[in-house]
Amino acid sequence: MKTLADLKKIREKAQEEMKLRGSSVRIKIVVGMGTSGIAMGAREVMKTFLEEISNRNLTDVIVTQTGEKGLSSLEPVVDLIEEDKPKVTYGNMTPDKVKKVVVEHIVNGRIVSDYVVATGN
Amino acid sequence: MSLKRIDLLICCGSGCISAGALKIKERFHAVLSEKGLTNEINIIETGCMGPCDYGPVMVIYPEGIFYKKVTPEDVDEIVAEHFVKGRPVQRLMLQDEDKTIAAHKEVPFYQKQVKVALANCGFIDPESLEEYIATGGYEALGTVLTQMTPQQAIDVVKESGLRGRGGAGFPTHMKWKMVHDRKEDQKYVICNGDEGDPGAFMDRSLLEGDPHRILEGMMLCAYSIGASQGFFYIRAEYPLAIKRIKQAIEQAREVGLMGKNIFGTDFCFEAEVRTGAGAFVCGEEMALIHSIEGERGNPTPKPPYPAVSGLWGKPTVVNNVETLANLPTIFVKGAKWFSTMGTETSKGTKVFALTGDIRNTGLVEVPMGTTLREMIFDVGGGMIGGNEFKAVQLGGPSGGCLTAEHLDVPVDYETLKARGAMMGSGGVIVMDDQKCMVNVAKFFMDFCVDESCGKCSPCRIGLKQMYNILDRITKGEGQEGDIEELQRLGETVAKISLCGLGQTAPNPVLSTIRYFRNEYEAHIKDKACHTKVCRDLFHFKIDKSRCIGCSLCSRKCPANCISGSREDKYTIGQVDCVKCGNCQDVCPVKAIDRIPGIHSDVTAHKEALLKRKARED
Amino acid sequence: MYREICSKYAPDKDNLICILHEIQNSHPQHYISEEAVQTVAEYLGVPANHIYGVLTFYTMYSTKPRGQNIIRLCESPPCYIKGSENILHKLMTLLDIEVGETTKDGCFTLELCACLGVCGNAPVMMINNDVYGDLTEEKVEEIIEKVRRG
Repeated sequence: MKTLADLKKIREKAQEEMKLRGSSVRIKIVVGMGTSGIAMGAREVMKTFLEEISNRNLTDVIVTQTGEKGLSSLEPVVDLIEEDKPKVTYGNMTPDKVKKVVVEHIVNGRIVSDYVVATGN
Repeated sequence: MSLKRIDLLICCGSGCISAGALKIKERFHAVLSEKGLTNEINIIETGCMGPCDYGPVMVIYPEGIFYKKVTPEDVDEIVAEHFVKGRPVQRLMLQDEDKTIAAHKEVPFYQKQVKVALANCGFIDPESLEEYIATGGYEALGTVLTQMTPQQAIDVVKESGLRGRGGAGFPTHMKWKMVHDRKEDQKYVICNGDEGDPGAFMDRSLLEGDPHRILEGMMLCAYSIGASQGFFYIRAEYPLAIKRIKQAIEQAREVGLMGKNIFGTDFCFEAEVRTGAGAFVCGEEMALIHSIEGERGNPTPKPPYPAVSGLWGKPTVVNNVETLANLPTIFVKGAKWFSTMGTETSKGTKVFALTGDIRNTGLVEVPMGTTLREMIFDVGGGMIGGNEFKAVQLGGPSGGCLTAEHLDVPVDYETLKARGAMMGSGGVIVMDDQKCMVNVAKFFMDFCVDESCGKCSPCRIGLKQMYNILDRITKGEGQEGDIEELQRLGETVAKISLCGLGQTAPNPVLSTIRYFRNEYEAHIKDKACHTKVCRDLFHFKIDKSRCIGCSLCSRKCPANCISGSREDKYTIGQVDCVKCGNCQDVCPVKAIDRIPGIHSDVTAHKEALLKRKARED
Repeated sequence: MYREICSKYAPDKDNLICILHEIQNSHPQHYISEEAVQTVAEYLGVPANHIYGVLTFYTMYSTKPRGQNIIRLCESPPCYIKGSENILHKLMTLLDIEVGETTKDGCFTLELCACLGVCGNAPVMMINNDVYGDLTEEKVEEIIEKVRRG
């Protein structure tokens, strides 16, 4: 990368990817993997998502990570992002809750309201 | 297929439930089925939305209308007017002075936060350079390198009014200018990530959550001052932050954002990570520099300042993590934009870490000048456990305690200092009325005694003496004149200590004496801790009218000092009681209370012992 | 072994802190022996007393053998307010040791430390490089059991 134009190219490409457009990804799962999240069990949560998704052969779902949103008292925090829908944030997640979210929300499209801590951006 | 056209989100956090949210939900179900609307409206229970003092609250989508303090009687009106006729109910909306707030995103809880430094934390993958670039990352660096001279860049920072976010609030552009003006070949920039203040964790969160932003900020500084080498000094307690920064450096190097001729200019830059090893004092810039050099992290007298003689004797800028995090946005959005936020002397936003007895613990970023009330009650959701607000410790062990009367003070560097606290790194430890302020002051003093490096005697000896006095007071051995002695010692230590640690360490004690002198006096004169925290200054008492004589307390007492019978009820032998609290925990009818003050039996026993000892001598 | 670790770094004094970290972490008993100090001193070309000076200044280094797992309980005010004292008592009874001691089986060493910077989830402790938050007495028991099983 040597010029601002190079940077712009990378930016445009990355922005497209972040929007999920032009790809076969239907749902993006973003797990908060800062120290607070990890201290509260985010690693187990991430692992359970990966296991559940591979067990069910869900190919249109991706799992990624982010830092802390600042909601320490709600960690581990997970965002579910679907195209053209408001983002859903789940809080105080555990492996058991993950299993329910995978079945209800990701497979059947029903938000698990008990675990929701925020919606929208 | 779902035919739902409205999502009704009812907050069922514990605050709203206690205000009756579940009854409202039931009422909605009843009214909707009565009107045959069940298929059109989705009722969703959510976790705490945050603004608990407005509870029960709800948000209705697609419009995002926010209703507060809803009662079961309001439900019929909401359904008839809003759901059926599409006319939101004005009177249930939040009133802000003369304006009605309709939309959810305009509610103070969300509205009061302005994310500049934290903009990407929790939104992008910190291990992906592309995602950082997608949010506009490295645009500031590219623009500055190709279109500005170092002096012009410094002028932008000057115009923005940015001040150091690490504590003291020194104007950032002045630090830069001093190093910029030095005519030496080798200069350094150091990112101070030795975040040690108890109750502060924004730097960790930034390093972990948005490492490229900090790296870009460092390079903007390096270009402005003429440095080609930078160091991240991160405390060893933050392994994830260390890993993510190292990774970011690698990624930047791979694509040519670091190394030689960045953006095709003459600017070359390399960065490395150095770690601490558990020493609070290394957050002080001279101590930090010595630690990077592989020495004991002792501070040395200033001047010379690091700007003149820093790392290996070369001109050095030491900037805090959050300070660097603000830079990319300042250059992209402009100095004017940044300086419109904040107060006369403190511009922009500040990240605060809310901890302690508060509902929403975590990080919040608000414009400078936001009041403590807004931060603690609107954003932080208020106190937890139904207790009253008592005090807030700002700025960690270097800061001071403020009380309820300061809740409406706009927070900036100067206003806090004038009231005996300080911005510090932005730790906000909220305490309820169950906390003993003498004990809290002792706790902070204990921390500073532990962390004093021992190089200068005022800090090493003075703080220890202050701790000993506080320890005596909390053990019921306080004497007349102790308060004055604490003040005298505190002022002396603050005045003549070598570095910031000693200069600020007496603050928690001095500020609690200033605002809670009556508690100190009760401990010293009445030998009573009214919050019933200090073990030696309260006693347990069984209320015979409530005692059912079950003997459980007696059986669980490790000192074997509770006696009685079913008929006579039970009594605690005060002289032998070790105050373990077991009896209070196990009593099935809660007949055991903590009573402030030392029991007369204990006082009499002590006097008798003293007399006997005097006779034997 | 110590020589090998040293050779990963340039023989400059400013690498001392990193070298000491790696030596301590790679030792099964998490400490820095006299032999290690001598090796580092030779490698960096500084007197051994300089190394001891640095070593004893920082709280994370130990010159005495410790357990396989180092428990570091945060004793800072935000954790104290949220009841870290109870957690400390629980750990002491559970492991049957005092602060600074190692269990008889050599599995755990219990230490107190300054703020770990996870105050939003107080009380907090760190076992080796893992942080555990919102501790309760029951949770502590589970965690210790889990770490003991490995």
